[in-house]
Formats: sequence, structure tokens, C-alpha cells
Amino acid sequence: MIRTKPISGELLALKNQIEKYAIDYGLDFFPQVFEVCDYDTINILAAQGGFPTRYPHWKFGMDYDQLSKGYAYGLQKIYEMVINTNPCYAYLLQANNWVDQKIVMAHVYAHNDFFKNNAWFSHTNRNMMDVMANHGTKIRRYMDRYGADAVESFIDKVLSLENLLDINELFETSALKRSRKELVDQEKVESEDDGYLNDDRSAALKSFMRTKARATKKDEPKEEVDEAVSAERRHVSTKDVLGYLIQNAPIEGWQADIIGILREEAYYFLPQRMTKIMNEGWASYWHSTIMTQRALDASEIIDFADKHAGVMHMSKQNINPYKVGIELMRDIEYRWNRGMFGKDYNECPSMKDKIEWDTKLGKGREKIFEVRKSHNDISFIDEFLTPDFCERQQLFTYKYNARSGRFEIDTKDFNAIKQKLLSQLTNFGQPIIEVEDGNYMNRKELLLNHVHYGIDLDVNFANETLRNLFAIWRRPVNLKTKYEDKEVIFHFDGKEFKPQG
Amino acid sequence: MDHPIKRDHARFRKIVKGKIRDNLRKYVSHGSQIIPKGTDKFTVPMPSIDIPRFKFGDKSQGGMGQGQGKPGDPVDGQQDPNGQPGQGETGEGEGNKELEVELSLEELARILGDELELPNIEPKGKKSLKSVVNRYTNIGTTGPDSLRHLRRTYKQALKRQISSDSYDPENPTVVPIRRDFRYRASDTKVEMQNAAVVIYMMDVSGSMGDEQKEIVRTESFWINLWLKSQYKDIEIRYIIHDATAKEVDEHTFFRTRESGGTLISSAYNLCKEIIDKDYNPNEWNIYPFHFSDGDNWSADDTKLCLDLLDNHIFPASNVFCYGQVESRYGSGQFYKDLTAKYGSQNENLTLSKIKNKEGILDSIKDFLGKGK
Repeated sequence: MIRTKPISGELLALKNQIEKYAIDYGLDFFPQVFEVCDYDTINILAAQGGFPTRYPHWKFGMDYDQLSKGYAYGLQKIYEMVINTNPCYAYLLQANNWVDQKIVMAHVYAHNDFFKNNAWFSHTNRNMMDVMANHGTKIRRYMDRYGADAVESFIDKVLSLENLLDINELFETSALKRSRKELVDQEKVESEDDGYLNDDRSAALKSFMRTKARATKKDEPKEEVDEAVSAERRHVSTKDVLGYLIQNAPIEGWQADIIGILREEAYYFLPQRMTKIMNEGWASYWHSTIMTQRALDASEIIDFADKHAGVMHMSKQNINPYKVGIELMRDIEYRWNRGMFGKDYNECPSMKDKIEWDTKLGKGREKIFEVRKSHNDISFIDEFLTPDFCERQQLFTYKYNARSGRFEIDTKDFNAIKQKLLSQLTNFGQPIIEVEDGNYMNRKELLLNHVHYGIDLDVNFANETLRNLFAIWRRPVNLKTKYEDKEVIFHFDGKEFKPQG
Repeated sequence: MDHPIKRDHARFRKIVKGKIRDNLRKYVSHGSQIIPKGTDKFTVPMPSIDIPRFKFGDKSQGGMGQGQGKPGDPVDGQQDPNGQPGQGETGEGEGNKELEVELSLEELARILGDELELPNIEPKGKKSLKSVVNRYTNIGTTGPDSLRHLRRTYKQALKRQISSDSYDPENPTVVPIRRDFRYRASDTKVEMQNAAVVIYMMDVSGSMGDEQKEIVRTESFWINLWLKSQYKDIEIRYIIHDATAKEVDEHTFFRTRESGGTLISSAYNLCKEIIDKDYNPNEWNIYPFHFSDGDNWSADDTKLCLDLLDNHIFPASNVFCYGQVESRYGSGQFYKDLTAKYGSQNENLTLSKIKNKEGILDSIKDFLGKGK
């Protein structure tokens, strides 16, 4: 059943118009495809992360349930969905009014540009539409063969670990992996062969030579080597927990495949989680710029201002990424237009001079294009957040006051705000968990380490997660963390939870 | 074929069904969890299943916000009432799944009905009264100035001016004259009216403790909610009894604690009197509910009760509901007596045993599941 249809007529004309503006401004994007659909379809798409087909799982049904109810009760409305593919697909809500469609289109072109140019997206699979569909087919087939319940409950368990990702994996392309492996192998061969095999014999022969070489070394003290190897294997220290499980857990082929599928999808979405502020800031900057400078008809100003203000709404409980993003982009542009950075500016003692500072540098636009290319949210905040900005934007941190039982504003201090923001963004907002030992206590137990930087884990959730991990690892699992300032190891042996230490 | 997500959705609903029941039980047994906001708005969390993950404990984390305020000012209690229409999400968002919505009582009743699969009540035919109501839905040419419809008046004036060619688009002045005036007028409509009365009777003798009363209270909240959604007008009367019965207001009903013996017939007698005096069974749908722990003073009195039920209360009421709340001190004999006489399936009588707070939902279903 086809639920979306390509735009035509007036909307198509509008698309061409907005596209031309976007090109004029120097945005660089994948071919853009717009389709329109009704609210139910856009809820479906949103529930499925933007994709028309996903593997069958109740969680999409849950998200759909909530989105539909949210829409029905007037809590939220999705104007558009855009996905990181080439060509870039975006879905517009049919019921949007004319100004909305304009804003949304301008917004989408900037997202598209961001997907194409931001470094963190450089290795994402742009054919994800097909990949997701294939994943769906595969999992459906597994369900036919092994039973829907068995497959679904296994997926549930993997989803439990879905957030344990290593952002460095984003740059770990298969080519890179291969060349690194070759390098390591080569070094091994060379060291083992004492360097006298550095000729152009084939790799197969070399590997044969290597086994031979190893065989000849048998008389060397063996234990030392083994210990070194096992120590190396034991202390794995990877944050890519799913990847580690595929390699090392005693699972069947189909299960490994499912972990692989979910892992691939999680990594596909990871850059979006890491660049939420920048991505939305960038898109909002451009919809605002394109609308106010080019696309807006005089009669539409009020509607536009109303919509834009809605999107930019500030909340006391959360940071609105659209708001912080656009303001920071504009701030950077302003500062680089006037040369308000660097040693001279920073060390200038006069507040008045600083405010009036203008070297007529004019590099603002250039700078934000550069920023959108190379930064993620953390480096973006780390590098460009200034005390002036925090004050102007009325940012603050809040914390729980046990005495009053409320969350209360804690401070407006720049360093505190910056630290808080960075810690919220660290590891895309998820606790850093790494596999520390796959043979813990020499009993084939799994030891995970929570790299604790000040915030405790939710213990109930941690226990339940360990339970799911146990189902995959099939041997006792342990989590090393700190709880209420004490080192502790949570242990789950399949029956009960025991905190140790 | 519909979109495959509908299957995911059905699956989710099915999984949650067990869970929803639990969640719903939770609301039901803790009446206070349903928080009234404003006049008849309620906040109810949406069902969701939290996949366990390693995540930060909430409280210690705190957060960041934006806006006016000084250190020490609270940041909560300011939940944006309309939510924020966001400008589209890109990909995945790790949102808070416990979305809260404001529900009106009607919606809450509908959810209750959906979850418990309650049938709609069909009021007895003869009890539907026709009533005439006047609603201002029409437009007339005469009327008092206070009901003058300005827009229609000007429209009329504009029409007249255009047709008489006295309208100048360059100088768009429209001046209504007497015969242009239009007034809101009433339309007479015949509406079916059905009214219902719920008569709650509760045993407040010594054996009914606070816990039992809490159960009755919660249960009556949901029963009222459902019946209110089914009937246009509903009246609620309260009777408490030990050895004697008296009519009280709601507050007293739930808070009175008496001691002493129990004569159930006293309550049934009073119930009968109330019906005779105020509620003509031909015009009213009558729902007597009786909650007790099942102790009655004597077999003679029980006989009297059954007599009253048979001859007076059953003929008058849609259905008579007896809920027996389990109590440490109660014998539960009355339930047995009723079952012995009428069997567990009876047209006129619905019986339900309520073990504890968790039993409330099932009991509501017992009472209202017949659609009578």
C-alpha cells in the first residue's frame, strides 16, 4: 500500500524555488526527494526512525501508539521527516499550510547538506533504505524459521544493549580494518621471521612460512607467550559491546546476525545522536535565513514568526537543541564577521572595546560552513560556548533538592554550565560502558566496566540489563561501577543479583 | 493490506494488555494517582514498555534549562501545557516514554470502557423520557437586540447593497437598515432523556475497616465515572447502616465508622423508601449498590432482606449489585445466602467478591460488564 506520493504542481514549483535559494547560499546537498503523506503515515514513519520498512517489533508499535495518541490529544505534530540517504528523502505532512511547507523545505535542505558534509556522517550508509528493508526481510525469515516469539525476545535482549556503542567505530570502515589487520599481521610475520622474509613472496606462502617459523620456535619458553596472549585477549577494553558479543558470545548464527543487524542500525543513527544541537541549529539557521531573506512573502511574516517562535521555544527543564543550535551558529557567524576571537580579543581588558570590537574580518559565513563540516555537539559546545553567550541565552543548570523535593536552579556560572552540557553530551548522553574482561576470574565470566564520571547508574535498570546480557553471554556477568561513592561490582549469575565489593 | 506497523501496534497492545491491566490496577487501587487538574482534567501516563538499559539514575543527574530565574527557583511545575510542536525529528530521539496527557472525565471513562471491554448500557426503553429543549441554532428576522447576529446582519446588508447596486468596492461601506437585521433564534429539539440514580449502601459496622472503605471508595469512583459517561443525568445517594440505616452525604459516607451490629434489612428498607419517594422506576434507571463484609445479624434478617429485594428493589432497579469486601472479621455469609437463593448468574442481581485493592478492576467488570 502506497502511503506517500511525490510532490507535484505548486509544491514542486516551490521545491525548485527553495532549492535554487539553497544553492545560491552555497548549501551542498544530495539530490532531494520530497513526498507528501497524511498524519497517520508520518506517525508511522517517525515511529520507524524515518524508514518505510523496518523489522517487525513491538517497539515500533509502541512509538506509533504514542505518536498517534500525542497527535490525537493535540500534544504534538510532526511537520516533516528527513532521512540521511542519497538521494535524500523527506516527507511532508499534507496538511501543512503553505508557509509551513516553505519552512520545512528550507529546513530539510540544510539537514541534507549537513548529512552530506558533516564528517561524522561520512561513513554512514546512504543506501539505508534498502538495507533496512533487507534487515526486515531477514528477520521475518528468522521468525518463520525459529518462531516469532523466540526471535522477538532475542531482539528485546539485544535492544537492551543497543546504546553500548563506540563512537570511534564510525570511522572504522572495513577497508581501514583490513589494512590495519594486514599491518599487524605483517609486523607479526616480520618479527617472527626475524626480518629475513622481507621479499615479495605471496601472502599464502608467507603465512605458511610463519607457521613453520612458529613451529621452530617451540623450544622457547612457552608459558610466557601464552600468558601474554591471554592477558591481551582478556583485557579487551572495547566500548563496542555488541561487536564484542558477536565475536565472543556462544550464540547461534541467526542470533549473531540479529545482533549484527541491530548494531549496524544503531551505528547508522549514532551520528544523528551526536550532532543533534548542530544539525538542528544548522537547519534552523538556514530555514530562518532563506525564509527571511528570500522565500517569504510579506503576507506570511506573522505565520512564519509564529511557527519559528514555536520551534525556538525555551524550556526550563530541557535545552532546546533548535534554540541553542541556531543561537550558537549565529553567534559564531557574528564573532567571525567581526574578528571577535583569538588572543588579542580574549585578552582585551576593556569591556567596551570588546563589545565594539570589529576587525571587519567578514568570515562568519565561511566559519559556520567549516564548523558544520568538522564538529560534533561536544566539540561544538567545547569550542564555541562563551560566557557572554550563556548569559544572553539565560542558560542555567538545575539539580534535585532533596529537602524541598523539587528540581531547582543551581547556578548560572559559565564553567558549571559548560561542564554540565559537555557531560550530558559525552558519549551521546549514555553511560560509558566497556568490556573489560571476557574471562573474568578465569571462569569465562564477562566483566563490564562503567567509566564513572560522577553520575551513578540506575541500579534497577542496570540489574535488568545484566539479566538480558546474561541471556546472551550464558555465563555470569558482572558490572563494575561506583555507587554512592563506593566501588562495587554487580554480579548476575542467572538466578540472583549480588553486589560485591 | 494495511501497513505492517499495525501488526507491531497490535502486538504492543497485546503485550501491554497484561501490563495495562497492571497499570490500570495501579490507578484503580490508588485513587490518588489520578490527579485532577482544573475542573475535570486528569493526568494519566500512557502505556509504555521500558526496555532496560544501562542509564543514569535520574535524580542525581539534574539537568539544564533556559529562561529567567535565579538559583533556588524551582524549574518544575511549569510543564508546557500545549507541548511544543517540534519541527520534525531527524532519525532517532531518545525521548521520555512516559508521556502524560490531560484527559477529561469522558475520555477517562472511555479508556476504562476500552480496557475492561465494558458494553454500553442500554437504558430500559420505557425509561427513556422525551424532553423538549430549546437551542439557539437558528436565525430569524425578529428578536431582541441582545440576540442580534452582527455577522449575518452585515452579510444581509452587503447582499442588499450589491443587488441594489449601491455598493462601491472602492469605498466599502456597509450600512444595515432595519430589514437587514438578523437575530439568533431558538430551535426546538426533542431529546431522549434518561436519568439514573445510584444508591450506594455500605455496612459501617465495626468489622469494616479503613482498608475496606478505601476499596469501596475507589470502586465507587470508577462506577460513578462509568455511569456518568453513560447517562446524561445522574444522581447519587448514600446510605450507611449498622443496625439502623440513615442517609448521609458523600463525605460522611466514606468517613463514618460505627460499631455495633448489622442489620442489612435496615439499609434495604431505606433504599426502598428513597426509591418510592424520589425515583419513579418508570422514569429512572436505578442502580442500588451494596457493599458489606457479609456479616448479618441473624438469619431472620437475611430472610427479610431477600424479601425486600424480591418484592421491591429488583422490580424497580436495572440491576442490584452486591459487593462483598473481604475483611478479617466478616464471615461472608450474606454472599452465600444470596448465591443460595439466586444462583451466581441472575438477571436482577450481580454479585462480586473483592479480595483486595487488586480485585477492584475485576469487580467493576463484574458489576458493569452486563451492560444493564
